[in-house]
Amino acid sequence: MTSSYETHEHDVLIIGAGGAGLRAAIEAVAQGARVGLICKSLLGKAHTVMAEGGIAAAMANVDKADDWRTHFCDTMRGGKFVNNWRMAQLHAQEAPDRVRELEQWGALFDRTPTGDILQRAFGGHTFKRLCHVGDRTGLELIRTLQDRGVELGIDVFMECTVTRLLKDGDRVAGAFGYWREQGRFVAFKAKSIVIATGGIGKAWRVTSNSWEYTADGMALAYEAGAELMDMEFVQFHPTGMVWPPGVQGILVTEAVRGEGGILRNKLGERFMEKYDPKRMELSTRDVVARSIYTEVREGRGTEHGGAYLDISHKPAEYVKKKLPSMYHQFKELADVDITKGPMEVGPTCHYMMGGIRVEAETAASTVPGLFAAGEAAAGLHGSNRLGGNSLSDLLVFGRRAGKAATEFAAKSSSPNFDPAQLADAERDMLAPFESVDGEFPYPIHHDLQETMGSLVGIFRNEEDLKKALVNLDALKPRLAKVRIDGSRMFNPGWHLTRDLKNLLLISEAVARCALARRESRGAHSRIDFPGYDPEWEKKNNIIVNEGGAMALHQRPVPEIPAELKQLLEEKK
Amino acid sequence: MAEALLRVFRGDKDGGQSVDYKVPLAPGMVVLDALHSIQAHQSPDLAVRWNCKAAKCGSCSAEVNGRPRLTCKTRMDSLPLDQPVTVSPLKSFPVIKDLVTDVSWNYKVNKKIPAFKPQPNVEWKMDQRDVDRVQEFRKCIECFLCQNVCHVLRDHQKHEAFGGPRFFVRAAGLEMHPLDGLSRTSLLKSELGIGYCNITKCCTEVCPEEIHITDNAIIPLKERVVDEFYDPVTMLFRKLRGS
Repeated sequence: MTSSYETHEHDVLIIGAGGAGLRAAIEAVAQGARVGLICKSLLGKAHTVMAEGGIAAAMANVDKADDWRTHFCDTMRGGKFVNNWRMAQLHAQEAPDRVRELEQWGALFDRTPTGDILQRAFGGHTFKRLCHVGDRTGLELIRTLQDRGVELGIDVFMECTVTRLLKDGDRVAGAFGYWREQGRFVAFKAKSIVIATGGIGKAWRVTSNSWEYTADGMALAYEAGAELMDMEFVQFHPTGMVWPPGVQGILVTEAVRGEGGILRNKLGERFMEKYDPKRMELSTRDVVARSIYTEVREGRGTEHGGAYLDISHKPAEYVKKKLPSMYHQFKELADVDITKGPMEVGPTCHYMMGGIRVEAETAASTVPGLFAAGEAAAGLHGSNRLGGNSLSDLLVFGRRAGKAATEFAAKSSSPNFDPAQLADAERDMLAPFESVDGEFPYPIHHDLQETMGSLVGIFRNEEDLKKALVNLDALKPRLAKVRIDGSRMFNPGWHLTRDLKNLLLISEAVARCALARRESRGAHSRIDFPGYDPEWEKKNNIIVNEGGAMALHQRPVPEIPAELKQLLEEKK
Repeated sequence: MAEALLRVFRGDKDGGQSVDYKVPLAPGMVVLDALHSIQAHQSPDLAVRWNCKAAKCGSCSAEVNGRPRLTCKTRMDSLPLDQPVTVSPLKSFPVIKDLVTDVSWNYKVNKKIPAFKPQPNVEWKMDQRDVDRVQEFRKCIECFLCQNVCHVLRDHQKHEAFGGPRFFVRAAGLEMHPLDGLSRTSLLKSELGIGYCNITKCCTEVCPEEIHITDNAIIPLKERVVDEFYDPVTMLFRKLRGS
């Protein structure tokens, strides 16, 4: 059936090898599954390494009053109550165990004077809650999981891109893809699949995300029939680098503010006093990003169109110890010594709260056998994610997805897929080599980023969003004729032709959801609808493929049980 | 607009040649930006690995003007631009295409090293000073520049008998972990061939994370190997025990 393709067979196939994918793989192997783990880059390079500030877990090592209840309330409040409450509860309850487990596998966090894991303050968290390693927590997490995965003997397929999910009737049956190195095609057969491919940051030009984040998993799931949810909620991190041009968008960790960093405009005003006098710099990311953006728009921005972020009032040695990579990043890339003067920062596209709609307990999507975890999944963060809640999300729901995918596989027979699916997927991939009058992918990508940046950014309105949809539509025929030079061997231009399809498809989902939600909530700010609408607090936007057309519906937000509702009232 | 001339290796395992590209300069531009500009405007199939663009993932290693560097961290304005900037792939690993090399050997070596195993029934408390020592090694971003520059690998191709600086750093992080319960000295002596290293410190010089690879990782590990295998008292004891 698949004789003409290199074929691998597993119980559980995991697409994506950042924190969520690795944690899912570790769990699936531990539960006895044969596991395959696929990643677009080399192992250990996924964007989890860019997570800097820490992992949120109510361990109460520093602030004794902290517990899962407060973490749950902070997460719900940060997400403005359109979160899946059960995910928020499981996340808050299980995060401490997931962190302790990392130490059992060799991770080394910074310590308190009594030898426990040290925790720092972060935006929107009531207590000092972020377990950290200086400002390179993500590297510690991914390396620990990588070492654990290697020890357990997981089959890793590096530099391999999946372009299609294969189906057997309603259920998933495997995946089709190509090796980036040689450009050969490969088929994977699996009883269940976990998607852990991260977000859609590359749809914006000013982004903290790398080339990998092209919404692959969301597009694969959508095309396989899964529901996507809350796609309008895109997080712009308040502090990316703004100068020089080449580094624009690179992340400046929130830990700078967690360690006492102060934001000022060009007049020297500590402007957060105007926007959130109680929480100041440690307000939630949506608020801080909008505040910086507003200061710049109203003419109080810095020379290069940002705000000043200053930590130089702290002792130089302390800054170098707690924020070593920020120190080097600014010194080497921007000629700024952050122990002596302020950084220039501005909002950068950072994270997707929306994604594949999943069940809280199992991370199961609406397609049988298809699971999703991490940034690719929706629900936990609602309309705005708190800093530090991503690394804990990866661990908690990566594990749950790995476990549930293994259980699904154990109950399932070996699937079959129609070879026509493979032939069709192959044709799709080869088309750009046969195109004669098309253009290269780079200008199309450029135009897509322009549209998303200028029309689907931090502040939105109906006119812009409608225009964005027209612009995105106009990119479709250009992309259909896209052309590429060279051979199939490690050809980044060819790879981009495929990634762009995902980006375009899911960008449309973002714009459609943003247009539908006629209110402002969390990361979604509508100039034409600046306030909350209590009706929209009860609804999640849903995107689904209906016979090849993108359809938009609403589903009710799962109702919070009485005891948790009361908890939210008490902790107001 | 000011321009730079990049002389980039184009080819594969069967050979290739350097190709010149003129690239417009921008303030603060790094070599990786210049390579991306070539991809976007001149040669869309130019193969280069990259991810974070912030010196945190170690993907974009290459040799710039003959020196092993992270291209995302190498500023164009730090190079003499009155002459061509040469960019070539890491020399110690086989070329796949252009600037992309086959680094899979590193992943094979890594598998030989037993992972962290906590001491039994240990109380999970650690002092920051003990953690500091190990955290230095855990900063490693696996850019493999140290592997590339190590003459045991680069000039003598001892890939079969030698682990290389990256994996001495990993082993040091495990051996010096305050709660680790395993010993890897036998592995370091035999399979990882730490004895081949004659501490020329080339690895330390190129480490973008400024890990003191030779002084803090390799030399202490060499001392452990000597203590365990070459200490006369221990050797006598071993002989008497017949082990």
